[in-house]
Amino acid sequence: MKRRVLLATAAALMALPAASFAQGMDKVKACFIYVGPVGDGGWTYQHDQGRQALAAEFGDRVDATTYQESVPEGADSERVLTQMALSGCNIVFATSFGYMDAVNNVAAKFPNVKFEHATGYRRDSANVSTYDARFYEGRAVTGTIAGMMTQSDKIGYIGSFPIPENIQGINAAYLAAKKVNPDVTMSIVWAYSWFDPAKEADAARALIEQGVDVVLQHTDSTAPLAEAAKTEGVIGFGQASDMAEFKPSPRVASIIDNWAPYYIERVGALLDGTYEQKATWAGIAGGEVEIGEITDVVPADVKAKAEEVRDAIAAGELHPFTGPLNKQDGTEWLAEGETPDDADLAGMNFYVEGITGQIPQ
Amino acid sequence: MDIGGINIITLLATLIVASVPILMAALGELVVEKSGVLNLGVEGMMIIGAVIGFVVAVQTGNPVIGFLGGAVAGAALAAVFALLTQVLLANQVASGLALTLFGLGLSSLIGQGWNGIRPPLTRDVPLGPLSDIPVLGPVLFSHDWMVYASFALVVAVWWVLRRTRAGLILRAVGESHDAAHALGYKVRRIRMAAILFGGAMAGMGGAYISLIRVPQWTDGITSGAGWIALAIVVFASWKPWRVLLGAWLFGGISVLQLSLQAAGSRIPVEYLSMSPYVITILVLVFISSGRGRAMGAPADLGKTFHASR
Amino acid sequence: MVRLEKRANPSRLWSVATPVLAVVLTMIAGGILFAMLGKDPVAAIRTIFWDPLFNPQFAAYSRPQLLVKAGPLILIAIGLALGFRAGVWNIGAEGQYVVGALVGAATGLALYPMDSRLIFPLMVVAGGLGGLLWAMIPALLRTMFRTNEILVSLLLVYVAQSLLASMALGALRNPQGGGFPGSRNLSQWASSANPELVAGTGMHWGVVAAFISVIGAYVLLQRHMLGFSIRLAGQAPRAARFAGVSPTRLVIVCFGISGALAGLAGLFEVTGPAGQISLDFAQGYGFTAIIVAFLGRLNPVGILLAGLLMALTYIGGELAQFMLGLPAAAIQAFQGMLLFFLLAVDILTNYRIRWTKREAA
Repeated sequence: MKRRVLLATAAALMALPAASFAQGMDKVKACFIYVGPVGDGGWTYQHDQGRQALAAEFGDRVDATTYQESVPEGADSERVLTQMALSGCNIVFATSFGYMDAVNNVAAKFPNVKFEHATGYRRDSANVSTYDARFYEGRAVTGTIAGMMTQSDKIGYIGSFPIPENIQGINAAYLAAKKVNPDVTMSIVWAYSWFDPAKEADAARALIEQGVDVVLQHTDSTAPLAEAAKTEGVIGFGQASDMAEFKPSPRVASIIDNWAPYYIERVGALLDGTYEQKATWAGIAGGEVEIGEITDVVPADVKAKAEEVRDAIAAGELHPFTGPLNKQDGTEWLAEGETPDDADLAGMNFYVEGITGQIPQ
Repeated sequence: MDIGGINIITLLATLIVASVPILMAALGELVVEKSGVLNLGVEGMMIIGAVIGFVVAVQTGNPVIGFLGGAVAGAALAAVFALLTQVLLANQVASGLALTLFGLGLSSLIGQGWNGIRPPLTRDVPLGPLSDIPVLGPVLFSHDWMVYASFALVVAVWWVLRRTRAGLILRAVGESHDAAHALGYKVRRIRMAAILFGGAMAGMGGAYISLIRVPQWTDGITSGAGWIALAIVVFASWKPWRVLLGAWLFGGISVLQLSLQAAGSRIPVEYLSMSPYVITILVLVFISSGRGRAMGAPADLGKTFHASR
Repeated sequence: MVRLEKRANPSRLWSVATPVLAVVLTMIAGGILFAMLGKDPVAAIRTIFWDPLFNPQFAAYSRPQLLVKAGPLILIAIGLALGFRAGVWNIGAEGQYVVGALVGAATGLALYPMDSRLIFPLMVVAGGLGGLLWAMIPALLRTMFRTNEILVSLLLVYVAQSLLASMALGALRNPQGGGFPGSRNLSQWASSANPELVAGTGMHWGVVAAFISVIGAYVLLQRHMLGFSIRLAGQAPRAARFAGVSPTRLVIVCFGISGALAGLAGLFEVTGPAGQISLDFAQGYGFTAIIVAFLGRLNPVGILLAGLLMALTYIGGELAQFMLGLPAAAIQAFQGMLLFFLLAVDILTNYRIRWTKREAA
């Protein structure tokens, strides 16, 4: 046993200077850099779940024990990435948009190390790949539930920052809700934070006081659900992780970021020599966006409708943004039957027609 | 009572709940500063109180014991500060900052494995007929017991500081430790007691966040509330009643800002969020320029005391 | 009975010995903490204090990084120490750091994409001025209205942080950044970049400025009339008045110097290691510098060493995290302990401990 490990390590060491990944590797050291603590219960927690799944999948062949939490974006992340590369990591997963410059700078200096950047779009050198998830597909499912479940016809959305990912989510949720409930209106509150439990609780409260009875959140803590629990009849959804502790209500469903399939695929490719640079943007179909259990608080017909939307998106039969669609100012965005391309989606900076309010500039 | 699409009564009721943590911590810090000590470690003591309060409440199933645990934890961390600044005569500003750093780290260490758990619920206890009074009832008298306790503490702190001998001595120590020492008061012991009280209050304020406000444990849950508490003490010019006002104002602005957004108003969020601090600075200038020294800071605030004899 | 007796002059022996003692005590206490977490305490301590300097795998990279991390801390702490010596309490360096970076970056970005060697020097001037003007607010309020400068300078940190958020999301946001918060990258625009001056050394203009400030402060305090005034005002305020030292002038000068140095630190950071104005730009250098100033005993050479020690715990702490799997929180607690011990043992420098016979109180 011990001997085999020794041999494997020796082989890995010999493979390193050669750097001929095409031949595959016997052992891969995968490293992770997180923007928050692994105990945030949301974004970073899910990435760490993916890391653990990776370790479980490959056992001795992958060393996935190296990670660093709470690394600020900017100068510190560049240093941490460099030190990881120096410490013998073969592939580094950088799990925050703000690491973009650092990842590309460091990648240029370490051509033999693979860098994977979550939610970014720059791939300056051949060893940088990017990956992201189509969270908006999940929003279309929760938006459907929201539209059918609301008694007051008012749904609320807690945004983090007015960036394309949030705006995609807002538009997708609104369109899905509108489809099943033409009277629905949506209030949007920006928390200007990905994670600030007290503020998120206040934001949820502010929405509920406005008569909102379905709260969708794009921030990562469970605080909005805890706040929703205080008022009878208000429901919400788990964000990033399942947030199962708020089942069956107020958490009636959830959008789960499941990074495990991607991490296993990429490290597996590195092991068997099929690794290539790419830009991944998978959704429900790829398993990256998962809809958590829809609880019994939701009536059967609503649940059936939501699952229908989910399965249609997974099968590629339904796109959450299908024309005819107008922008908020009434100008045409998509013609009948048209769907946006990825560049259009990735740069989304407008609300669709029917949403009131303005995107903060 | 709707203004700009916002129901004023529910808004006020919300801001009263939202301001409890900063109110508790600020009241504690006020007593500390009145004794002439500046403890910048409020954030650290709050978050230790938040995590220990949470753990104790979950373990015992009793939120009241949780709050006690939070108070003890806050006081324990404050004891480190007291040891450093009162016994070992270290600089208060640096010690306070170190306290915050240590508290943030330790809390996250203790809190590992406590994420994603729901603490025992603390229910609202409407105060009988008082809660039926129009406007005042829902705003003031339909909350959980900690809200009432925080009101009571405002009165208690005011009464002790203004009306009792102990309060007089405490203030004397803060105004001039040398004079107080000459009169035979145990400056160091009094200050240590004040620091421990401040720690306990901050700890309870922190526990309110993790047990009632949010309620859950996550790393960094206090997210700067301790620093706001420090600002409130200054805003209040070291008067308990004004601490209450200050806490409502600071808590209120963040609530109001989100309510305005939810109601669809277009207001520049950033400027609103910096306004309490600007107002506080203006209040400070006003206090220090015109209305005499009596309203200002304790004269010996932040100075190290060493009795040469 | 233990009794403390104030020394007429700080002990030279102890002022050198106490930091060493503190580090040793921290190693013991930290070792116990790490052992409680199930990690090898010796390996952890070695990773934090030894590996960044001497481990063949990392040292070539980490050693220069010490300078990068320590540079802004030293630069800010030097300015603060002058004030602290004179009894002028500027604890809002974090705000001056942010405003310096904002003003400097705005100046540069206003000229984008002009190509000129004059832009960077202009930005340096603007950054220093920005910090200086921000520091003038508490200074002038202090001299005109006797407003407590500790509190005003602290409150202005919050204002500066809100300003930073609004600039990163609004006025200074990169128009080509896809709606994401954050400015253009200043380190990648030749006219505004603050690059490494000699490859592999970590020296950038900010580090150079830090060294100059150490020498300048040393000369100032030893040889210059202003330095004499500062020392006198701190040690014997009444005597200083009789000697003709104007307290008003001293407050303005001390705040001016510390504000300008903090502003410069911010400017060098935003054009170099950080690269851009982002929501995460304020990383607490201004507060950490207060600690550095005290650890260095308000002495320029001491501050230089304290800044490097602080940087070592950051970089070594990162290594310990991903080499040994120590949680980030443990490192933070460890740093807190180091500060506690340094502050605690300082008493030996200024006081003599006397063991006296029990007397009747």
